[in-house]
Amino acid sequence: MTALAEEQKVVHRSGSSHVIAELLLRFRELGIVLALVLVVGGTTIDNHRFLSLANVQQVLSAASIIALLAIGETIVIITRNVDLSIGSVLGISAYATGELYHRHPHVPLVLVFLLAVGIGAAFGVINGVIVTVVRVPSLVVTLGTLYVIRGIDGAWAGGNQVNASMLPNSFNKIGYGTIAGIPYLGIIAIVAVAIATYSMRTFRTARDFYAIGSDPEAARLAGIPVGARVFLAFVLSGAIAGLAGAVWLSYYASVDAIAGVGYEFQVITAVVIGGVAIFGGSGTVLGAALGALLLNTINSALVVVNVSSFWSQAFAGGLLVSAIAFDRLIAVRVAPALRTRRRARV
Amino acid sequence: MTTMDSHPVLSLEHAQKSFGAVHALEDGDIELFAGEVHGLVGENGAGKSTLVKILAGVHRPDAGRLVLDGEEAVFDNAKQSQAAGIAIIFQEPTLFPDLSVAENIFVGMQPLKRFRRIDGRRMRRDAAGFFEQLGVRLDPDRLARGLSIADQQLVEIAKALTANARVIVMDEPTAALTTAEVERLFGIVQTLRARGNAVLFVSHRLNEIFAICQRVTVMRDGRHVLTKSIEELTTQSVIRAMVGRDMDALFPKVATEPGGVVLKVDRLTREGVFTDVSFEVRSGEIVALAGLVGAGRTEVARAIFGIDRWDAGAVEIHGRPLPTGSPSAAMAAGIGLVPEDRRQQGLIMDLSIERNIALASLDSVRRGGLIPRGAERKFARDWALRLQLKYGKLTNAAWTLSGGNQQKAVLAKWLARKPTVLIVDEPTRGIDVATKAEVHRLLSELAAQGVAVLMISSELPEVLGMADRIVVLFEGRVTCELARVEASEDAIMRAATGVVEEAA
Repeated sequence: MTALAEEQKVVHRSGSSHVIAELLLRFRELGIVLALVLVVGGTTIDNHRFLSLANVQQVLSAASIIALLAIGETIVIITRNVDLSIGSVLGISAYATGELYHRHPHVPLVLVFLLAVGIGAAFGVINGVIVTVVRVPSLVVTLGTLYVIRGIDGAWAGGNQVNASMLPNSFNKIGYGTIAGIPYLGIIAIVAVAIATYSMRTFRTARDFYAIGSDPEAARLAGIPVGARVFLAFVLSGAIAGLAGAVWLSYYASVDAIAGVGYEFQVITAVVIGGVAIFGGSGTVLGAALGALLLNTINSALVVVNVSSFWSQAFAGGLLVSAIAFDRLIAVRVAPALRTRRRARV
Repeated sequence: MTTMDSHPVLSLEHAQKSFGAVHALEDGDIELFAGEVHGLVGENGAGKSTLVKILAGVHRPDAGRLVLDGEEAVFDNAKQSQAAGIAIIFQEPTLFPDLSVAENIFVGMQPLKRFRRIDGRRMRRDAAGFFEQLGVRLDPDRLARGLSIADQQLVEIAKALTANARVIVMDEPTAALTTAEVERLFGIVQTLRARGNAVLFVSHRLNEIFAICQRVTVMRDGRHVLTKSIEELTTQSVIRAMVGRDMDALFPKVATEPGGVVLKVDRLTREGVFTDVSFEVRSGEIVALAGLVGAGRTEVARAIFGIDRWDAGAVEIHGRPLPTGSPSAAMAAGIGLVPEDRRQQGLIMDLSIERNIALASLDSVRRGGLIPRGAERKFARDWALRLQLKYGKLTNAAWTLSGGNQQKAVLAKWLARKPTVLIVDEPTRGIDVATKAEVHRLLSELAAQGVAVLMISSELPEVLGMADRIVVLFEGRVTCELARVEASEDAIMRAATGVVEEAA
């Protein structure tokens, strides 16, 4: 947290009247934590069972899957691309994992996860190649693969369903087990988010992602291998979606052809609410993960206060639009501040 | 000069480069020695940019040799050029707005600590150190977004120093700088030279070339014309080499008898931007809006054209008041605006040339609700011809045009509407000498036809040569209005910097 303290110092040194605006802009995470506290506090006052262990565990577990996916999506969006295929990749990876257990009940856990990650990475490679070599915009490519992968999944699964009885207990336990009250899923997500957040700050390759999203042409001129980096982003996103597929199966314990339908939009919503710029260049994995947590908390809160589940979608959408509007507003307010500061120095 | 007898650090010999049918470079030659500032001049389309991009490793020459320290080198990409010690400072620096200043300097070569992790502390400290060396103040932690162009260039120069670049290429670095910023840049260029760097200084401004370079290379039509030491050259001889002929009449303003007042700006105020701005432009007159960058000239023009609202005051065309904040009303009243930034505001770069030219005149091209392709093309061809636009095909995208021809296309778009008031913002920025003269002749002709021209320009010779009257702005206020006869560089600069004697 020394980095945080240092950054705050900078903000204060600049001494403008826009300190709060800048703080919120720089530390989007603060705003989300604040929103989380408000939602949790408000709902608990209405219904104290909202903070019951079971409910908190359930929210955390569900949010963990979205948060995992958000890590990969954040990386891709930071490079000024988008990966819409993650929901389908999650689905097919979950089904493949179930099928694997169905046919070979005694396959070791490590192998299962390697397979899930491998399937995801393979689809990431396909997305990455089409985006970087054939140079088709990622929006179109991954919209296409979203349907293609879902189609393959559907043809493969047919009407079949893999259910909990076909899965070994060691695997199912990942989904429901806890350590000191914290679900395994939550721990997996927290560790993954921590590693990703640190890496995104600390490694050259990760900084290249930001540079590419900030200005692709400048990145090329700066000698950054843009194609290779974007390709890597898609492979990472795919691999993480594959991993999330296995995790998903362990949590829900049954899988058919429609697992993960629509997840891509939940994830993108979480990422954007978490302060990742939709046109790339800025944002953090931590923010995106917190965005996922906030979304799931709100969904659960709406159920607890007896709001129809239809409304939770409207709510998520409204939150998304306000998050982006908020960004614009802050940007518009901060821009003049930056200008006057520049003039003052000259 | 110091090491002229030794071999050059970098030389390019007989380089050729074509893009499709266009020969951008037919015979590119340049030799750079350590410790020299080498000027590269030529009109737009002379091949300077292509040459620079070959040095940068962005383009690969079709033929020719690149020799680095006496050994032939081939650059496949920008990274290899950088690794060889060549750094390019582009006219519009290509920074990453979302990254900090320090990160921008070290992008791709951040100092590392164990496990290949970036050493952020050292990165910030080194960045601060570079700025100290260059004698400027810049916060390494600040985001690059919002930096002035001059500061962005500093970041680029610091980047070059980090990479231990021996050859630093500056591609029109001063085009968007204020006088003070140019001075600062010149100081830094001298520092670089003293350190033993070779600097290639590409510029349109000959006075700068003569102020800072030891040798000059002139290019024309993709070919090397001459390389001489600065003592052997004069402004006239350089211009002659650039255009292949003498250019005595750079500013051919035809004297006209001004008619009635067409545009009347009365006490126009936009809170915090400009205050109490009043002036008139008569038909047949060219009025220059002079002042330093940031004095509010462009903002006044934008307000008149209705892009920005004004808070107080009035604008009248032929005595009829104009509503605030309505470009369509301004256009209907006969105003045309040729903006400063033609890439962003003047043209739609991905749209074809013909569509761009016809864009503001669709009312006269359309038949009912439809726009016949043929009529549009004929219309565009007509105007392209009148302005001697140099293009491949009219259906090509606007970005295929060279800078000067892009400006002509913007002019064509507005002239086609037969405006009564034409506002031109920096009409010749970044344009080669010959096209510049054409644009000047064009403006002069327009005035002669009775158009009221309001010209914003930062180039004093242009202002003095073209304008019948000069309105000088300083910090958003009119500090002085000069008639052509009483105007001098000195008087304008005094007013533009706020030094005014009220009695005069």
